Amino acid sequence: MDIVKPAVAGTIESSDVMVQIFPGNGNIEIDLESSVDVYYRDTILSVIREVLDQSQVCSVKIKAIDRGALDCTIRARVATAIKRASQEVSA
Amino acid sequence: MRRTMMFLPGNNPNMIMNGGILGADSIILDLEDAVAPDQKDAARELVKNALRTLDFQNCEIIVRINALDTPYWEEDLEEMIPLRPQVIMPTKVSGATYCKTLSEKMAQVEQKSGIPVGSTKIIPLLETALGIENAFEIALSTPRMAALYLGAEDLTADLRCKRTKEGGEILYARGRLVMAARAAGIDAYDTPFTDVEDLQGLERDAQLAKSLGYTGKAVISPRHVDIVNQVFSPTLLEIEHAKAVFAAIQAAKEQGKGAISLNGKMIDAPIVQRAQIVLDNAEAMGMEV
Repeated sequence: MDIVKPAVAGTIESSDVMVQIFPGNGNIEIDLESSVDVYYRDTILSVIREVLDQSQVCSVKIKAIDRGALDCTIRARVATAIKRASQEVSA
Repeated sequence: MRRTMMFLPGNNPNMIMNGGILGADSIILDLEDAVAPDQKDAARELVKNALRTLDFQNCEIIVRINALDTPYWEEDLEEMIPLRPQVIMPTKVSGATYCKTLSEKMAQVEQKSGIPVGSTKIIPLLETALGIENAFEIALSTPRMAALYLGAEDLTADLRCKRTKEGGEILYARGRLVMAARAAGIDAYDTPFTDVEDLQGLERDAQLAKSLGYTGKAVISPRHVDIVNQVFSPTLLEIEHAKAVFAAIQAAKEQGKGAISLNGKMIDAPIVQRAQIVLDNAEAMGMEV
């Protein structure tokens, strides 16, 4: 799936994650800020990568601000951001 | 046993993740009013992932979908039904045709997903004057119908009257809806009490609904769950009385008596029926009967 425009999903409320997504330069770049970074950074990154992989996204920049979201919330927000960012802007 | 149906906004992960531990018998994952139009896609994705992953304990799962005059309802069904919520709650239901259209689409999605057709139930939200007037035909419109549910906020807007805590303005609607539901052999659920802080008012409102024949009540705050559960549960006194009714029937049978009385009052068919309902409800709640 091609990321054709910037998009955002989620919030910075407790238990949520805000995922901002931008067209990439041929690779995957993830900038993660998390309130539970010390404990779960690797897990969060791996969940984000898994969703990108399932959607066959290989060129993207992501900024994620996590407020203690569960895996299912991270999956949902990344999936929503991808869908929004891959829709062509209608003329 | 469904006494409380608790609303959880479909785009709020913090509330959804705690849905199973709030004590409600059912939770309503709301894709409609609690979600802004530009967040419908996000809510659908969040609820979908929550249903795949989270353990909601023994809570019944209800998904409130968007109304049939919006562009969202078909996608709501396509995304939700494969995840096996027990109940779909349509909104602003006005008549039997509405439910038939919905039920046909649900059947298509069930078939496509390999789910037994008809296994997902419907509890429609009746919240317009037309919906209330058509309550009985709605109740009979599809075998999927599990209950009718009264929504007083939109209804009073439609009636062009003020919504009060006393609820005089919705007394007719409450009576009409519960009569239609019971005539069709299904349950009836009352509108939420919207003042989160007024717990005495909540108890009075729930008692009124129970006295009219309602099975339970929707709630919008976790603080309301315990009170509503309590009001719609059989009391120990009611259970003891129900047991005494059956004991009296047994004793009369053994003595070959035709007429049966308990504490000086005749036991007739409605009293036996009521006693049986009390015992059935108590048993469903895991109480010793």
